[in-house]
Amino acid sequence: MSNSRIVGKAAPVRFENVSKRFGRDVVAVDNINLNVEAGKLVTLLGPSGCGKTTTLRMIAGLEMASDGRILIGDRDVTTLPATDRDVSMVFQSYALFPHMSVLENVSYGLTFSGFSKSETRDRALAGLDLVGLKGFDSRLPSELSGGQQQRVAVARALVLEPQVLLFDEPLSNLDAKLRRQVREDIRAIQQDLGLTVVYVTHDQEEALAVSDEIVVMRNASIAQIGSPRALYEAPVDQFVADFIGEANILPCVIQSVDGDVATISIEEYHYELPARGLGIGPAKLAVRPSRLVIGTARGFTATVAKATYVGVRMEYTLQASFGSMFAVQDDVDSPLDVGTEVTVGFHAKSPVLLPEA
Amino acid sequence: MIFWIIAGWVGYLILPWYGVEDGFFSFEWLIDGYPFDDDYAPAAFLIGQGEKLWLAPLLLPLLAPLLVLRLKKSDPNYARILILAGAAGFAWLMAQGFGIGIRGFTADWLVALFGELDDRQYGMGYGGLLVASAFLFLFTQGIAARGAINGDVFVVSAIGGVIVIVTTFVFFPIAKMLFAAFVTEDGSYSAMVFASKFFDDRLWGIGCLYGARCGAAWNSLFLAITVGVLTTVLGLVFALVVTRSGFRHKRALRALTVLPIITPPFVIGLALILLFGLSGTVTQFVSDLFGLQPTRWLYGMPGVLIAQTLAFTPIAFLVLIGVVEGVSPSMEEAAQTLRANRWQTFRTVSLPLMRPGLANAFLLGFIESMADFGNPLVLGGNFDVLSTEIFFAIVGAQYDQGRAAVLAMVLLFFTLSAFYAQRMWLGKKSYTTVSGKGDAGVHPLMPKGLAIPVFLAAGIWGLFTVVVYGMILYGSVVELWGVNNTLTFKHYVTAFSVRIEDSGIRWSGAAWDSFWTTIYIAAAAAPLTAIVGLVTAYLLTRQTFAGKNAFEFGTMLSFAIPGTVIGVSYILAFNVPPIEITGTGIILIVSFIFRNMPVGVRAGIASMSQLDKSLDESSLTLGANSWQTFRKIILPLLRPAILAALVYSFVRAMTAISAVIFLVSAEYDMATSYIIGRVENNDYGLAIAYSTTLIFVMLGAVGLLQLLVGRTKIGRRTQFGSGEKP
Repeated sequence: MSNSRIVGKAAPVRFENVSKRFGRDVVAVDNINLNVEAGKLVTLLGPSGCGKTTTLRMIAGLEMASDGRILIGDRDVTTLPATDRDVSMVFQSYALFPHMSVLENVSYGLTFSGFSKSETRDRALAGLDLVGLKGFDSRLPSELSGGQQQRVAVARALVLEPQVLLFDEPLSNLDAKLRRQVREDIRAIQQDLGLTVVYVTHDQEEALAVSDEIVVMRNASIAQIGSPRALYEAPVDQFVADFIGEANILPCVIQSVDGDVATISIEEYHYELPARGLGIGPAKLAVRPSRLVIGTARGFTATVAKATYVGVRMEYTLQASFGSMFAVQDDVDSPLDVGTEVTVGFHAKSPVLLPEA
Repeated sequence: MIFWIIAGWVGYLILPWYGVEDGFFSFEWLIDGYPFDDDYAPAAFLIGQGEKLWLAPLLLPLLAPLLVLRLKKSDPNYARILILAGAAGFAWLMAQGFGIGIRGFTADWLVALFGELDDRQYGMGYGGLLVASAFLFLFTQGIAARGAINGDVFVVSAIGGVIVIVTTFVFFPIAKMLFAAFVTEDGSYSAMVFASKFFDDRLWGIGCLYGARCGAAWNSLFLAITVGVLTTVLGLVFALVVTRSGFRHKRALRALTVLPIITPPFVIGLALILLFGLSGTVTQFVSDLFGLQPTRWLYGMPGVLIAQTLAFTPIAFLVLIGVVEGVSPSMEEAAQTLRANRWQTFRTVSLPLMRPGLANAFLLGFIESMADFGNPLVLGGNFDVLSTEIFFAIVGAQYDQGRAAVLAMVLLFFTLSAFYAQRMWLGKKSYTTVSGKGDAGVHPLMPKGLAIPVFLAAGIWGLFTVVVYGMILYGSVVELWGVNNTLTFKHYVTAFSVRIEDSGIRWSGAAWDSFWTTIYIAAAAAPLTAIVGLVTAYLLTRQTFAGKNAFEFGTMLSFAIPGTVIGVSYILAFNVPPIEITGTGIILIVSFIFRNMPVGVRAGIASMSQLDKSLDESSLTLGANSWQTFRKIILPLLRPAILAALVYSFVRAMTAISAVIFLVSAEYDMATSYIIGRVENNDYGLAIAYSTTLIFVMLGAVGLLQLLVGRTKIGRRTQFGSGEKP
């Protein structure tokens, strides 16, 4: 078995000005450029219909790009069908072949790769071992739980040692507890084997948890690419700010810019923060709900419009003269009453300036 | 690739080029003068002997692909050479096939151009067929290499193959028939001939309005509309009984749907003769009772109408039960919570939702009635309809191919219009959707005012159907109906006696010949039908390509072409080279394949759309190509559909009559045409005994299928059922 240990053959993926149109009018992916480094886990994140799954399927070769070039490693695969690409994919529905046993499912791809019978078997068993399904080889997919089926699907894709491994919303059919465990397993296998993984999800928490890099997509194009922390802490626009975690978007005015530091005002409240290239004038401010501090000495005034107790924390809806916002507080023992007038400020380093709409 | 290059050469160098007279599956030629005898020689030998020199240019496109072997697949020349060679070879093959017939050149301008040709040629045989396929698939390989359909060789070849065979065996004969309508007696073309035949009084006369006879076209149209309405109403009645009443024997009613599948169409007509004919049971009883003179009222429009309504009501029932069940119960429940009573709910919600389904059932009844041949032949009397007129134009004393062609065109126009209306107008208009969401509602019962007439109609008609089928069974064991009513197995003995002799079993019964031929032809046609049907279904559900809609329309078209039209057009098209197969078993098999292909396509589409597409996709991403995916994933999961397609095409081939009656020959007689022959000789006993036997044989086949498919389905349900849930 030692000679048939599964190793990664990770390769980078490159999209150069790739577009995909369906029919004449529907543009599913609009002129995107993307670089996935070898050995990294990159997530495509976005609301439904944003083109993330189409992008994934273009890597797999299940959809052909209408324009542009796709490279895997050094090879131009733009016109290559799925069969001839060294890519495998884990499907949302798992797509296990119901008429084949677990072992036959895992061996399926190997039989087309020129391995001897015993080699195929060894590799398939090693794959099952890797996902913790030793001894399940003769079961039918219908005799496994959802989580186990999911792992068979992963093993089936892994044993081919693909240059790129693709996941299409792999956790959406699992319950919440299993989801956390499976996503940790996937991340662990990816890091152990150093695989290049492209992962599609619409769940931002899942994306933050597993990714080296996140590609946020909107309306067929890329809104922002960055590490989870960069996206969370420095979103480029309101869409990204709101999509990655919740954010309050507040109107503000940039009073002065001094080098990298801007001074803004919201009503009478003045605050200093990185300017991010913006000039004097009206702008937007993105603030996470947990980063709003209620009851500071300096700040703007607001009224508590709604107070909700959810166990671990309090959730408040605050009404200010310029709009409402959402805040959470860890202090559950002395909740504020509805109608209370409060002063609201920001945690240090927390708000982010965004361009006006 | 290499395979098809080799195949081309084998066809050219080794196999006999022309059709072997002893039959496709006879291998006598191997020892009888091959390879130098003219009749058996491969193309290469013929040219070597200085004959059939027009086959020589084929060498060029056969040689060209050899160049490709050294090239890479991505080289643009690879695709270019294959496309050119395939297209050129195929085109030349066609050109010489149509250009040179059994009397030299087939067209005057060819003679004018090249002078008189002293040589002649017959229909293509193994060699010609293989070379033609080789060219076709080299061509599709070339197209695939140019990147069509992601460069998928299997899919491109499958599309090419289906297009070519459908063109050859559906569109070509129909086109040939259309041309025949314009041919004058001396062989030239003239629109006048067509006009004179088309505006014939026997076709469009409206004499029946004032006591004379009407034209066949009006008769057919009127009959078809009446049958369509009656079958739809009765079908709806039965569907309502099954779904909207407390009726207990629903399963028995559902069994009714099997009847039209296993009953040869004219058998109903025979049973009606036994009941209402001159010496029929009912006729005799009534005339004794009231002292009336028995009449021949049955022979004509009334008889045909009753027979067709009996025969096609189950088809309407089959369609409507799905429609009636498909109306979402929660819609009806919603109406009830909005204070509509049962009758109002039915009238304002249920019935409007069923409307497209009703129209669909009507059009099906219309098409079936138009195409029906057996019942009008048996019961028509002086009531001429198009399908029988076509038959008499070809086989009768008149022998007028042109007239047959014109009649066939009119018939084809009617059925195609109905088919087109059904697909274009109704296709997008179904309200009955089974969504993935659970619909826990229950269908309300019928309102009382409706229930009583519905039950009455269902009861009467159900009883009538039972009596008719009982008659068939009883009639087969009666000595001579209406004259000598003693029970006897005489007819079975005449038809199916077997003698054990020293030399083995001797099938001495009169019916054995046609019986075995039928089994043999049906068994040969069934797997081919299933293959063509499933491959087409695969292309339609799983692949996207330019012209897919036209492709679908073309493949389903043969469903709307009446059998008599197929029969006539096959006779006209395949009596002469390059495809010369009349009088053989092959033409029967071919006609069954294309008559029944829509059944296979539908079965395939129905079950393939239940298979999640991600199964194919994951197979592709795991490195299997689309042929391997088709074979290893789709086919095993489609086993029930394959079985169904197999059995239904087998059974339909056994019950078909309309196309068959044109295509049978002394050597290849089919059961149905044999029975019709017995009927024409007034030998009802034997005909009915034979029909009964057929019904039981087919009942056995269908029963076996239900058993097998039932099992497989249960197996699948458990596999999929828990596979879906986390």
